[in-house]
Amino acid sequence: MTSAVVMKGISKAFGGVKALDNVDFEVRPGEVHALLGGNGAGKSTILKVLNGVHKPDAGTIEVGGVALTTHTPEASRAAGIAMNFQEMSLIPTLTVAQNIFLTREARTARGFLDDRACEARASEIFEMLEVKVDPKAVVGHLGAGQKQLTEIAKAISQSSKVLILDEPSTALAVSDVERLFVFLRKLTSQGVAVIYVSHRMDEIARIADRATILRDGKHVVTADIAELPIDVMIEHIVGKRSKGLADVQRGDVRQGEVLLEARNLTGPHKPHNVSFVLHRGEVLGLAGLLGSGRSALARVIAGIEPASGGEIWIKGRPMVLRKPADSIAAGVALVPEARATQGIIPAHSVASNMVLSVLGRISGKGVVNRDKARQIADQMIERLQIKTASRDHAVSTLSGGNQQKVVIGKWLATDPDILVLDEPTAGIDIGSKSEIIRLVRDLAAQGKGIVMISSELSELLTACDRILVMADGRAHQMIERAALDDPAEPDFGRRLQGAERQLQIEIQKALSTPTQEAHHG
Amino acid sequence: MADRTSGFFANWRQNIIYIGFVVIFVVFALTLSHKGFLNPTNLLNIIRQTAMIAVMAVAMTFVLACGEIDLSIGAVAGLTTVTVAMAIAVAGPAAGVLAGIATGIAVGCFNGWLTTRIGIPSFLTTLAMMGIAKGLAMWISATAAVPILSPGYSWAFGGGSIGPIPVLLFWMLVIGAIGHFVLRRTGFGRRVLATGGGETAARYSGIDTANIKFKVLVLSSVAAAIAGMLYAGRLQSGRFQLGEGDELSVIAAAVLGGTSLFGGKGTVVGTIVGALMIGLINNGLILMGLEFSQQLIARGAIIILAVALSQKRA
Repeated sequence: MTSAVVMKGISKAFGGVKALDNVDFEVRPGEVHALLGGNGAGKSTILKVLNGVHKPDAGTIEVGGVALTTHTPEASRAAGIAMNFQEMSLIPTLTVAQNIFLTREARTARGFLDDRACEARASEIFEMLEVKVDPKAVVGHLGAGQKQLTEIAKAISQSSKVLILDEPSTALAVSDVERLFVFLRKLTSQGVAVIYVSHRMDEIARIADRATILRDGKHVVTADIAELPIDVMIEHIVGKRSKGLADVQRGDVRQGEVLLEARNLTGPHKPHNVSFVLHRGEVLGLAGLLGSGRSALARVIAGIEPASGGEIWIKGRPMVLRKPADSIAAGVALVPEARATQGIIPAHSVASNMVLSVLGRISGKGVVNRDKARQIADQMIERLQIKTASRDHAVSTLSGGNQQKVVIGKWLATDPDILVLDEPTAGIDIGSKSEIIRLVRDLAAQGKGIVMISSELSELLTACDRILVMADGRAHQMIERAALDDPAEPDFGRRLQGAERQLQIEIQKALSTPTQEAHHG
Repeated sequence: MADRTSGFFANWRQNIIYIGFVVIFVVFALTLSHKGFLNPTNLLNIIRQTAMIAVMAVAMTFVLACGEIDLSIGAVAGLTTVTVAMAIAVAGPAAGVLAGIATGIAVGCFNGWLTTRIGIPSFLTTLAMMGIAKGLAMWISATAAVPILSPGYSWAFGGGSIGPIPVLLFWMLVIGAIGHFVLRRTGFGRRVLATGGGETAARYSGIDTANIKFKVLVLSSVAAAIAGMLYAGRLQSGRFQLGEGDELSVIAAAVLGGTSLFGGKGTVVGTIVGALMIGLINNGLILMGLEFSQQLIARGAIIILAVALSQKRA
């Protein structure tokens, strides 16, 4: 039987960083093939190569036995490949039906667009999936779950030979995931090959026939799912700990007084009823998958989304945080996830970024005191060891790691007691990552209380004293970091690896704990 | 969650332009009928004064809907009046029409090339083109009016009427109808809306967004050239001042009609009603006997009110 997809020796680098290194990947018709790996393993990159968004630097691709030589989205689609893009391919101002059939619209006899026919066909697809989505609704008005179903319908509607689903279930209710699985079985029985990406091992174990695991841009293993019990999968995904993190040591934690306490904290959508305490000198990690409510919790604490229930106590006093300024005044600083858009003004100098959040304090009669600004900038550059030619250079000229330090410095200038870091190491090279984590430890040692969100478990384990595991917007358990270590294991790298496996298992367990269905919208 | 009802008045913010048009018309009809507002001659005059703005605004709907802007249209219309008049003087009306269209295509290709290949934002490209087109028009005409001595051309392009109906009304309706169908019912129109609604998503869906932007900018210049040909026909001459400042009325008409300055949204019907509404307001304010200074203030206030009412509040 001809394979549905054969990718051989695929390599792809982005500015010197090898995202894919000589990777082989083969998918058979009629199977659900899981593609697994941690963050930065190269899953998205190989899918985008297959899908024509990225051109491979080396390697060959065959689809249904025919070589794919042109690397554009149109060429891949013509070859029979369809993919959902985690909402990336939806246009918010068009309707559901218009989005599903964009560039493939139904036509009337005279060649004009026929929106009614598109809506009817969209309805049929949603009926087949047994889900309720209004084909006439404007996508921008939909909730996350409905958008995801629209993305899936868009991929399905192309009646392709290879269907790629990249984390299709993150925003779906449990019952919708069930219906999706039933539908995928129908498709595979017709010979369609499905490539399925998910971080939820329970899903993989149920839906997939075979799995391929990538790590650090390299192929690790391809095997039948029966030969890959969850702990073996996790072992392959985690692998040997890459160097770099090993030299960050967690010091003794001398916990101070309680800085921040959440009591049954509930946000507009997420989180639900989350309670925890954060002490002075402590780093608290939030672990969980996409959509688990980690960032939503951070936004509630930072006053970006006001709490809809529960209480926030800061330094022993109940607080009402309705807007970011309230949180800043209470001594909370959020270093947001999207550095380039939410954290810095790339074209401005290091110094002017640094003083952005304290302009009021260093200004007299509305004029910024430039000496004070320089002083703050120089202090921060020294304290955080930011590598920049000068304080007057544009932040855009700095490396990712140093840009992140500027963002952290900007918030340290407000002299907060509580620092919330959302994915502080995203998009930073491995060397700078350990530097950022060391910085986090140092700040805690200097008496800050830190809440850190990271999808890279090894970093969370290196930086944190305690870890709160979240799923579906709820807190599942608080784990002492030390409890994850095997005291009998003398080698640091292997101990960290063991702890990461343990944490992975706890995160997966939290998912299968029965909770209410996720809310739509 | 989407709980949009489909009734006309339930979505009154979206339809504010139509409601506003009717309200203003009724108010003027009641208060100004003794000054001849409802007189057919007066109403047809509104059409004559609005046609060129409406023609350019149809294309501007495409430009804004795909997330771009074209500030050069007024100057391009002025340049076209001059090239048309000069070509007619040398080689007759047919050559004039060709020269007019060629002017639009040439300017549009240049705008599109600079914007999509060189990567200069259309705001800057067309701002610069505004000066270049005006300068060219002044230069080749030596800043003098060029007379058009072809009655046939003047009749067909803006001066004539069939019975009581001015030819300009046909131009406006035909171009409006074509624009409406192209935007609503063709793949090109849908790609324009998709490009403006989310460029990355559009690219991921296999749309060549640079190509769409290029075409839309050419479309806009050609529409400006047609408006210039209509100016030339109606005033039987080419002058560089014709069309000056029209870009602001054109953008106002499109935005009044519900087209988003941020792309992704727009209707040609709304734009035409927006253009007519501006013409209606101008006419009514003159009949009221307001001074020019007062007209400017009243017109600005009405436009702000209409756009403010159409905004959805969070």
